[in-house]
Amino acid sequence: MRHLLSAADLDRATAVHLLDTASQMAATQAREIKKLPTLRGRTVVNLFFEDSTRTRISFEAAAKRLSADVINFSAKGSSVSKGESLKDTALTLQAMGADAVVVRHQASGAPHRLAHSGWVDGAVVNAGDGTHQHPTQALLDAFTLRRHLRGDADNPDGVGLDLTGLHVAIVGDVLHSRVARSNVNLLHTLGAEVTLVAPPTLVPVGAESWTSRTSYHLDQVLADQQPDAIMMLRVQRERMGGDGTGAGRTGFFPSPLEYTRAYGLDARRLALLPEHAIVMHPGPMNRGLEISADAADSPRAVIVEQVANGVAVRMAVLYLLLAKEKETTP
Amino acid sequence: MSATYLLRGAAPLGGDPTDLLLADGRIVAVGADAARDAGDAEVVDAAGLVALPGLVDLHTHLREPGREDAETVASGTRAAALGGFTAVHAMANTSPVADTAGVVEQVWRLGRDAGWADVLPVGAVSVGLAGEQLAELGAMAHSAARVRVFSDDGKCVHDPVLMRRALEYVKAFDGVIAQHAQEPRLTVGAQMHEGVVSADVGLAGWPAVAEEAIIARDVLLAEHVGSRLHVCHLSTAGSVEILRWAKSRGIDVTAEVTPHHLLLTDELARTYDPLYKVNPPLRTDADVMAVRAGLADGTIDIVATDHAPHTREDKDCEWAAAAFGMTGLETALSVVQTTMVDTGLLGWADVARVLSTAPARIGRIDTGERAHGRPLAVGEPANVTLIDPAARWTVDPAALASASRNTPYGGRELGGRVVATFLRGRPTVLDAVAVPQPAPAR
Repeated sequence: MRHLLSAADLDRATAVHLLDTASQMAATQAREIKKLPTLRGRTVVNLFFEDSTRTRISFEAAAKRLSADVINFSAKGSSVSKGESLKDTALTLQAMGADAVVVRHQASGAPHRLAHSGWVDGAVVNAGDGTHQHPTQALLDAFTLRRHLRGDADNPDGVGLDLTGLHVAIVGDVLHSRVARSNVNLLHTLGAEVTLVAPPTLVPVGAESWTSRTSYHLDQVLADQQPDAIMMLRVQRERMGGDGTGAGRTGFFPSPLEYTRAYGLDARRLALLPEHAIVMHPGPMNRGLEISADAADSPRAVIVEQVANGVAVRMAVLYLLLAKEKETTP
Repeated sequence: MSATYLLRGAAPLGGDPTDLLLADGRIVAVGADAARDAGDAEVVDAAGLVALPGLVDLHTHLREPGREDAETVASGTRAAALGGFTAVHAMANTSPVADTAGVVEQVWRLGRDAGWADVLPVGAVSVGLAGEQLAELGAMAHSAARVRVFSDDGKCVHDPVLMRRALEYVKAFDGVIAQHAQEPRLTVGAQMHEGVVSADVGLAGWPAVAEEAIIARDVLLAEHVGSRLHVCHLSTAGSVEILRWAKSRGIDVTAEVTPHHLLLTDELARTYDPLYKVNPPLRTDADVMAVRAGLADGTIDIVATDHAPHTREDKDCEWAAAAFGMTGLETALSVVQTTMVDTGLLGWADVARVLSTAPARIGRIDTGERAHGRPLAVGEPANVTLIDPAARWTVDPAALASASRNTPYGGRELGGRVVATFLRGRPTVLDAVAVPQPAPAR
């Protein structure tokens, strides 16, 4: 593995190995001294063209706990409006000697461009690009799913296992969601079945070619399929019609209230889930829109744990890309 | 100075080899007479070469005035000559926009001064391409540039009333409206063809229906007002069906397809390389097959390049930030040979039709002293392109003459190569090399 650009690039063995490594990393985080010397002397640049405090601090924590030097480069707003091109930013980082570039960008494919343009030598980690991919989110989701639904007393993290036989419902704005795309790829690779649930306006044309199924009816999916996990996606304010902020523009659904009625996870729908099912959300949540406080704060919700697992997964990614570079690069 | 050329052993429209004698800007002899009358004419060994009437591009972006960093009239027409073209229609989306007699005359004069090919300026339909108010179409038609093709290309004339008025108005001078068919509301922020690939790569979709809906509306408008309509860069299977239906009803509509829509598909967007970002976007394999079939059966009338040069900084970036467009003048004929001739879909006479005769007719430049798209016959203007159909070449972007390098064919092997181009008897290209043109007489 030279870069991590898309969850679609991971085969089953690599994905399981990443999750197993994350499990080892998580174990070290239970110690009093959390820091490992593994990446001492290596430089990780967090290149964020888009605001994302959560993802940035998660990567920052992961790199620091591996003793890497971390440079945070916040190029907020588009590269164009900032007046410097992606290329020049990349060349600057290259000149500073970045061993890995963790990039978040509003343009789909920007990390792919960085990795394949010859502008940087270092490993490129996609921390979310436009409406394309967010592979570390999918990895942390898979890690969380495996831990809760595959782990047992002897093997609490389900080390060595995949997600075969599990059924996951992903609910919400699939059209604009890199989280959904990444999870469709990775969860399928790991053997899980994925059902996307969304109003038809928020399912991309072409999704029929994906490895997932699509439904427009959340209640039906909950009743008939009894998913082992339900993952709620964030609904962006600007996607709304009616009294959303996009006044006078055509929304993807008539109103927030109608969305919540059809696709929100509330106490009633929570009760329809099987006993063992978990509730996930990549954050940040719109409480009262896609998820009610009852659901978000219920014992089944693993949303806060997803955040913790994110650090372990990102440690594993950086470790496998940088510390094991020589062994894995042909 | 000898202005006489004997093209020895050329195959007109791929037929039996013969000789053509070019003198005083005209074809003065064909066949046995040619060699007899040749005198001290310069001999061009054209054995094995196909002779076509000089190619005519109905859709070129020369970028001047305004974006001379991407292309100039001189650099673009030199590229055109190397691609076998003797006439190019220069689109109106320059800066300032070609929406007045002054700008179209400027472009026309720049073309005449450069001398590589006749430049026929296209006039904007609306002032500033804003889609609100008709530009002075009559003034442009009656200017020295004699504009007959009007287009807001790059933008769609989306207001149905404005489109109707434009279609009607240009009847007074036998003009044609060349529509860039793109429903703007269906394509806000659009980056690539909407389908399986856009769903995977997460780029905003440009649905086929946004093109087809406008074409359907416009053919009905053209029928209603009895006007001539030309559809730019048709790209979808559905558009071909609509055109077929419109022509079967006798509607006066013509259409063009670009070389890149004959060859490339949206799968290339998986590379995120903005060289493949173009408007209308590269479509699916099924669409490519449909536009080839449409061109073969005459539903699509012509091939036009939509040569769209862009500077490196406009392509050396992330996909969403990059400009739409790709160059095409120097590769058009090779792509047509590769996709249409080598596949048996078209013969060389058809190539002459789709790349010369028909575009000249649509642009109304097929009569008079400076006519294009004429037969290779005695007395006709000596606009001739010689092609080596057996040549194979690998496209090297740096070796192309366009001032910009945004060709999508870099590294790709294509069949067929332009060997020589004559504009009214004067060579602009010989031995596949551009011939420096004399300074303009002042």
